[in-house]
Amino acid sequence: MKKLLSGSLLVILTLSLNAQDKYFTKTGNISFNSKTALENIEARHKSVTCVVDTKAGNIAFAILMKGFEFEKALMQEHFNENYVESNKFPKAEFKGEILNNAEINYSKNGNYSVKVKGKLAMHGETNDTEAMGTMIVKDGKIQVNSIFNILLSDYKIEIPKVVSDKVSNTVNIDVRCSLEPLKI
Amino acid sequence: MKKLSQFFFLFFLFLSSSAQDNDLLKLLGNDKPKKEYVDYAFKSSRVIMSHSMELIRPGVMDLRILHRFGNVNQGGYQFFGLDQATMRLGLDFGLTKNMMIGVGRSTNKKEFDGFIKYRLIHQAKGPGSLPFSLLMAGGSTLNSTKWADPSRKNFFSSRLAYYGQVIIGRKFSEGVSLQLSPTIVHRNLVPTLQDPADMLAIGAGGRFKLSKRVSLNFDYYYRLNPNKTDGTLNPFSIGFDIETGGHVFQLHFTNAIGMNERVFLTETTNDWAKGDIQFGFNISRSFQLKKRK
Repeated sequence: MKKLLSGSLLVILTLSLNAQDKYFTKTGNISFNSKTALENIEARHKSVTCVVDTKAGNIAFAILMKGFEFEKALMQEHFNENYVESNKFPKAEFKGEILNNAEINYSKNGNYSVKVKGKLAMHGETNDTEAMGTMIVKDGKIQVNSIFNILLSDYKIEIPKVVSDKVSNTVNIDVRCSLEPLKI
Repeated sequence: MKKLSQFFFLFFLFLSSSAQDNDLLKLLGNDKPKKEYVDYAFKSSRVIMSHSMELIRPGVMDLRILHRFGNVNQGGYQFFGLDQATMRLGLDFGLTKNMMIGVGRSTNKKEFDGFIKYRLIHQAKGPGSLPFSLLMAGGSTLNSTKWADPSRKNFFSSRLAYYGQVIIGRKFSEGVSLQLSPTIVHRNLVPTLQDPADMLAIGAGGRFKLSKRVSLNFDYYYRLNPNKTDGTLNPFSIGFDIETGGHVFQLHFTNAIGMNERVFLTETTNDWAKGDIQFGFNISRSFQLKKRK
């Protein structure tokens, strides 16, 4: 009986320790823009899911493609219907690791620059991606910021010739997520 | 026994926690399925000549330029009908997510028209799903030609006609959307006693996507109580929607010259069977008047 008690105590302990290792949000922000001389396309997403496991040094993002909001309704329609085909491929996901995780002290307030490497899956294609970013640890919360570029051609998102001077193949992505401790 | 159970317990815990490490996103549990509206059943707010089950978005203005040429079977001298053209210029406005209005003027009978279209039911999937969309469209037309006989007493109301329509449509898949539209057209003044003041018709329209930016559309009306003596026929149009960035081009063949509900339901005299068809095109150009925050 004693052993069982101590065992379950251990279990609870590990559980609670686990819980402090993980941070998450479901209301993260990701925006992107594609700039050409003729047209500037911008969209914002306000319900990005992000999870960080500080112990293992893993980070993951999930995003519903339909949630991107554009300034022009027609751009939004074309984005969903013609480019990312959000009915066919509703989600984009990134799973990766924080390469310099050991340098980050999650229990101390501070700004840390991070390097993340992983796989970005979108439009039925998965590619290795690397990005630089910052993690701001403040009072038990983590702010994750990163700006990086992707190429639409890597994800087999075609740009028709007629609009090739309006839609850039390089898309600039801006991630801003504020994570809170995950309580299991 | 106790040790064994303890061991299993720990083992299970270890398993579950290591599983979590592999997929962080699963840690949050599955997202609850949400109600999701089905949109983009048609590329534009018209099938070809009729209102479609789609609306233009709020804050958007749609400039529509419609052309119908002469009969194709007139031969090379008339350049297969391209020498003769009638047109309608129109402006549509998206007011809310479920409401749009529009005005237009046709060269045929110098006719003005205006309409309002409202969506009562929006097709959706997920929790609270609905299998179809239901819309209502109503409009009126105003013939502004000079009176045929100015010496007699003419009433302004004689220039007016009205139409009302229920549109029931469903986007069956990414590629296939179909709709039915029971319609009534009321004319205040009809040409002869044989002409019904209230013309009833059922419209059927659909689109089949051929590629991301091209679809095949058809648009047909069956009239329930036509005047059998004046040689008018049911209108039928078939053609392609081609989308190029900000424009939608609708290129089609039709036996209907008219570009509003009154004309194409009551004054279509050309016969597909005899090859009396015309080439026509609609150009739709969207302008975002109100930027979204």
